[in-house]
Amino acid sequence: MNSVLKYSFYEMIRSRWLFIYTGFYLLVSVALIMLSGDSTKVLISLSNITLGITPMVGILFGTNYYYNSREFIQLLLCQPISRWKIFSAFYMGLAIALCLSIIVGIGLPLTFMGIFKSGNVSLFFILIAMACMLSIIFSLLAFLIAVKFDNKVKGLSIAVLLWLFFAIIYDGLVLLTLLVLKDYPLDKLTISLMLANPIDLARVLILLKLDISAMMGYTGAVLSKFIGKSLGSLLIVLSLLLWTLIPLGILRKILNSKDF
Amino acid sequence: MIEIKQLQKKYHKLVVLKGIDLDISGRGVIALLGPNGSGKTTLIKCILGMVLPSGGQIFFNGENIKGKNEYRNDIDYLPQIAQFPENLSAIEIIELMKSFKQGETREKALIELFGLERELEKKMMNLSGGNRQKINLVIALMHDSPVIILDEPSTGLDPLSITRLKSFLRNESNRGKLILLTTHIMSLAEGMAEKVIFLLDGRIRFNGMMTELLDMQGGQDLESSIAQLLDNETV
Repeated sequence: MNSVLKYSFYEMIRSRWLFIYTGFYLLVSVALIMLSGDSTKVLISLSNITLGITPMVGILFGTNYYYNSREFIQLLLCQPISRWKIFSAFYMGLAIALCLSIIVGIGLPLTFMGIFKSGNVSLFFILIAMACMLSIIFSLLAFLIAVKFDNKVKGLSIAVLLWLFFAIIYDGLVLLTLLVLKDYPLDKLTISLMLANPIDLARVLILLKLDISAMMGYTGAVLSKFIGKSLGSLLIVLSLLLWTLIPLGILRKILNSKDF
Repeated sequence: MIEIKQLQKKYHKLVVLKGIDLDISGRGVIALLGPNGSGKTTLIKCILGMVLPSGGQIFFNGENIKGKNEYRNDIDYLPQIAQFPENLSAIEIIELMKSFKQGETREKALIELFGLERELEKKMMNLSGGNRQKINLVIALMHDSPVIILDEPSTGLDPLSITRLKSFLRNESNRGKLILLTTHIMSLAEGMAEKVIFLLDGRIRFNGMMTELLDMQGGQDLESSIAQLLDNETV
């Protein structure tokens, strides 16, 4: 399993798309630092960008990576090693490489900017952690889609739709639901709806740390008011973990019954 | 060595394998033949555990293979289409594939046999189709396992490499190995195999010695014998 992980990681870090992805974050981070010397402003701008980009890159990169590696994965499946070990090693190689891109692309410029001497160290770590978490979750969803659908066009279309749903459509649907049900108590519903979207979870966790009520949005405000920041943060982290564990469980179930 | 009992495979309504009973044992080269869509690759994939049977059982050395991986230690497999990670070098791919099985490997001899010494450090994306297939062969044959399954091994190979491959496989057969070969090139099957399994429409239509098939059909060579067999079945 370790050798599959090692070579899957090597394959990823030599990919020009990963270079472009890392370069993009480097460029954006340096540009934001040059435009505004204030670390808080830089972190807020970066959080807006990463919350949009990381899920998209994770899901598109993941589906493409699986489809391009499909024949090689089939060759690995003929070796005396379980399907689960092969897929988890392949997936981990992808997820680690994506996280490394974020750490290098955002972490390096901010370190040179002196983020560790500012009062925003914990926010910086939360931003990096959430961007990595979203990469892990969405690349896992990508694997799930690609394993389920053998047709590449179908798989990629579903991946794009899923990203669109979580990044854009979902918030609209939530607002619409809240508007329709405005005469009822909505606290629990609001929190439940937030838990069902990993991008919202990451956004609210960053904003809870920022403590900017104007930017927290309705969900963040409800969470902060009714559960409290510490318990709310814990709930978010647990939910994000579930967003990893549940797709992993589904992937394992699909793998056990799939023909390759 | 490989015993198959009432093997069935359905993909939704399409029945690909319709109750295959087969005993593949002993040594030598066995040609698994049949027209496109006859179920050859599905049968091989069932043996390798890549495709899960809808019914029936497969035993390897007396043990049911269902849910098991270890038995694949004793099988070397060459897939028809070899696609490798583009950004890895040939030697990295070989090292990766070496890590799965224990025991001595003989990749150096195979690299020399196929003249790949200069290609090893190149990334897979920079190798020609023929050289990729040669790397595929090195990977498939380097473990010295008792059973070798080859799916269209001559695809993309130059005549010299085909000759070397044939000679290598004959030698392996003489060493007591069991080689299961699928190919559409009848001259390759005729020159290599002592036994023939002929699949048509998910069923075994012939399972016996090559000479027996040639005598039975009265054909001059394997190609005309297979053509006659197909003619008889479709009439």
